[in-house]
Amino acid sequence: MAETVSIKPGPALAAATRAGIEPRGAKPRRALSGRNIMLYGTLIVAALYYLLPLYVMVVTSMKGMPEIRLGNIFSPPLEVTFEPWAKAWATACTGLNCDGLSRGFWNSVRITVPSTLISILVASVNGYALANWKFKGADLFFTILIVGAFIPYQVMIYPIVIVLREMGIYGTLTGLVMVHTIFGMPILTLLFRNYFSSLPEELFKAARIDGAGFWQIYFRIMLPMSLPIFVVAMILQITGIWNDFLFGVVFTRPEYYPMTVQLNNIVNSVQGVKEYNVNMAATLLTGAVPLFVYFVSGRLFVRGIAAGAVKG
Amino acid sequence: MQKSVSIKDLSLSFGAVNVLENLNLDIGEGEFLVLLGSSGCGKSTLLNCIAGLLEPTGGQIFIKNKNVTWEEPKDRGIGMVFQSYALYPQMTVEKNLSFGLQVAKMPKAEIDKRVARASEILQIGPLLKRKPSELSGGQRQRVAIGRALVRDVDVFLFDEPLSNLDAKLRSELRVEIKRLHQSLKNTMIYVTHDQIEALTLADRIAIMKSGVIQQLADPNTIYNAPRNMFVAGFIGSPSMNFLHGEIAEKGGKPVFVANGVDFSLDGYTAGERLQAGRKVVLGVRPEHVKVNEDIPGADLHQATVDIEEPMGADNLLWLKHAGHTMSVRIAGARRFAPGTAVRLAFDMGLASLFDAGTEERI
Repeated sequence: MAETVSIKPGPALAAATRAGIEPRGAKPRRALSGRNIMLYGTLIVAALYYLLPLYVMVVTSMKGMPEIRLGNIFSPPLEVTFEPWAKAWATACTGLNCDGLSRGFWNSVRITVPSTLISILVASVNGYALANWKFKGADLFFTILIVGAFIPYQVMIYPIVIVLREMGIYGTLTGLVMVHTIFGMPILTLLFRNYFSSLPEELFKAARIDGAGFWQIYFRIMLPMSLPIFVVAMILQITGIWNDFLFGVVFTRPEYYPMTVQLNNIVNSVQGVKEYNVNMAATLLTGAVPLFVYFVSGRLFVRGIAAGAVKG
Repeated sequence: MQKSVSIKDLSLSFGAVNVLENLNLDIGEGEFLVLLGSSGCGKSTLLNCIAGLLEPTGGQIFIKNKNVTWEEPKDRGIGMVFQSYALYPQMTVEKNLSFGLQVAKMPKAEIDKRVARASEILQIGPLLKRKPSELSGGQRQRVAIGRALVRDVDVFLFDEPLSNLDAKLRSELRVEIKRLHQSLKNTMIYVTHDQIEALTLADRIAIMKSGVIQQLADPNTIYNAPRNMFVAGFIGSPSMNFLHGEIAEKGGKPVFVANGVDFSLDGYTAGERLQAGRKVVLGVRPEHVKVNEDIPGADLHQATVDIEEPMGADNLLWLKHAGHTMSVRIAGARRFAPGTAVRLAFDMGLASLFDAGTEERI
C-alpha cells in the first residue's frame, strides 16, 4: 500500500538516547515555588472576599437579637438559635400578611418549574429544527430571535403588560410563566442549536435513511445524546427564573409574588426593630435553591460532559 | 442491462456555486459503480442526492424505473454507509441494526430474523449486545454495513466507507465488500478518492472533476485508454509520464517528436488523423516502458538512471530522457545504480496521445 508512515526522531531525542539519558519516573514538582505562593495566595484572598459576607450572614442568622446588638458581627454565636430561621420561613410579616417566606417559596416553585420545563422543551425543538431541518428562511428566523436577546427588558415591560391584560392573564401565574418562557427563548435556542449542530451530521442522515421522522429523530437519536446541554439549560433557567425580581413584581399580584419579592418585602417592612437575624435567615433560604441546583447539577453536568467525551 | 439507478440532467447549486450541472448517469442492475474524484468534485453530493438527503435544484432521479426525485430517503429502497460509521452511540449493535425496522413497524419476529441473517453474513454475532464505543473501527463499519443490509434494499450507497480505517483493515474490508457484492448481487454505488479501491471494486468507474463526469468506463479502459489528461494523471501511482512535443512526418508515417528525439507511433491506434505539426502530449505509464529489453518495432532510446526506488516487488527508476524526467517500473530484482546508461523501449500499443490544447485523447 502507499500509506507508509515515517517517524523522524528529532536530533535532541537522538542525542539523549545515545547518551543513555531517558526521562524516568514522575515529573519532579516543587510545592513551594514563588509562583505557587502567588497563585494560591491570590486564590485564597479572593475566596475569603466572597466567603466573608456569607459567613457573617450564617453567623448572624443564628444569633438572638440581644447578641446582635453587641455589635460583634464576626464573632460566632454564643447561644445558637434557629428561631430566626423558623420565623423567616413561617411567621415573618410583610405588612400585608404574616406567613413568612413559605408563601413566596411555593409561588416560586409554581413559577420556576413550568417556566423551566416549557422553555427548555420548546427551545430544544427550536434548536433541533434550526440545526438539522434547514427550512427556507431559517437563518433569518434565527437572526431575529437572537436580536431579541439584545433588546433591554425594560423597553418591553409596558407593552407586555398591555398584551397580558388583553389576553386576560395579567397578574396570573400563567402570564408570568409565559413571559419567562418567551424571554428565555433566544439564549436557549442559541444554546441548543449550537449543540445540535456540533453533533455529527451523518448520524442525522443515517436516521433519515432508516426512515425516522422529525420527532423520532428528536426523541430517539438526539435527546439521548444531549444530557449535558439539557443540564446547562436547566441551570441557566432555574437560577435565572428563581432569582428574577422584576418580572415577578410587575406581572403578578401580591398573592402570587415569588420568593425574591417576598424577601424584599420582609426585609424592607420596618415595624420597630430591624430583625437582622430574621433577614439574614430569609436571604439564605431564598438563595438556597440556586445554590442547591449548582451543587447537584454541577456534578451531573461534569459527568455528562465526560460521558460525551468517551463516546466514539 | 436492466437499469437500476438512472440520473437525468441532475443539477445542484448551493447559492451561486454549481456543484453538479446537468449530470446524466445510468447504473445497471447489480452493477458496482465507483464515483472517484478528489475532494470537492461533487461525488459525495451526487450520492447524497441519490439518497434523498439533498434536494437537487434540477433534474430527476429514477430508482428501479420509479421517479424518486421527491421521495423521502426511506422510500427509495436505498441503504447508506457513511465514512464516520454514524452508529447511534446510545444503542447497542442490535438496536442499531433494528432501529430502521422498528421505525417501519415491522413485526418482531421478522426483525430478529433479519438481524440474525445480517450478523451472520458480516460475522458480528458476538458483538450484538455491545455499544458502538466498545467496537474497533473495522467492527463499527461492519455494523454500519449491516444496518443497510437488514433493510433489504435495492441499492447500497457507500460514502468513503474505508477512509477512517488504517491501511491493513482497509484492504481487508475492501475484500469483504467485494465478496458481499458477489454474493448479494445488489447495485452498489461507492464514493471514494482512493484509486486502489476504485480499480479493485468497480465494474465501472465514473471519474469526476468539478461536478462533471470525466470518464465512465470499466477499470481496464480507464487505466489503459483514459479519455483525457485529467483521468490519465489521476489514475495510476506513480502517475503517467507526460512528454510534451509535436507530430512530425517521417517516411510517410507520423512520429512524435519531443526535444529533438523521435518516437515511432507504430502500434498506436489514433481516433483521428495525425496532422504533422500538431502540438500533442504523449502519455506513457511507468510499467509500459521497457528497460534494456526490446519491443519489436519500437525505437530504442538512450536514458540515464537518476534515482532508484526499490519497493520490494517493484523497482521504480527515475530516468533522465530527452529533457524529461520519467518514471519506469521494473521488476524488483532488477537493480540499476544511479548514473547507469540504459536503453528504453516504449510500448506504443498501451500509450496515450493527447491534444496539447484540449487535453483530450486523440
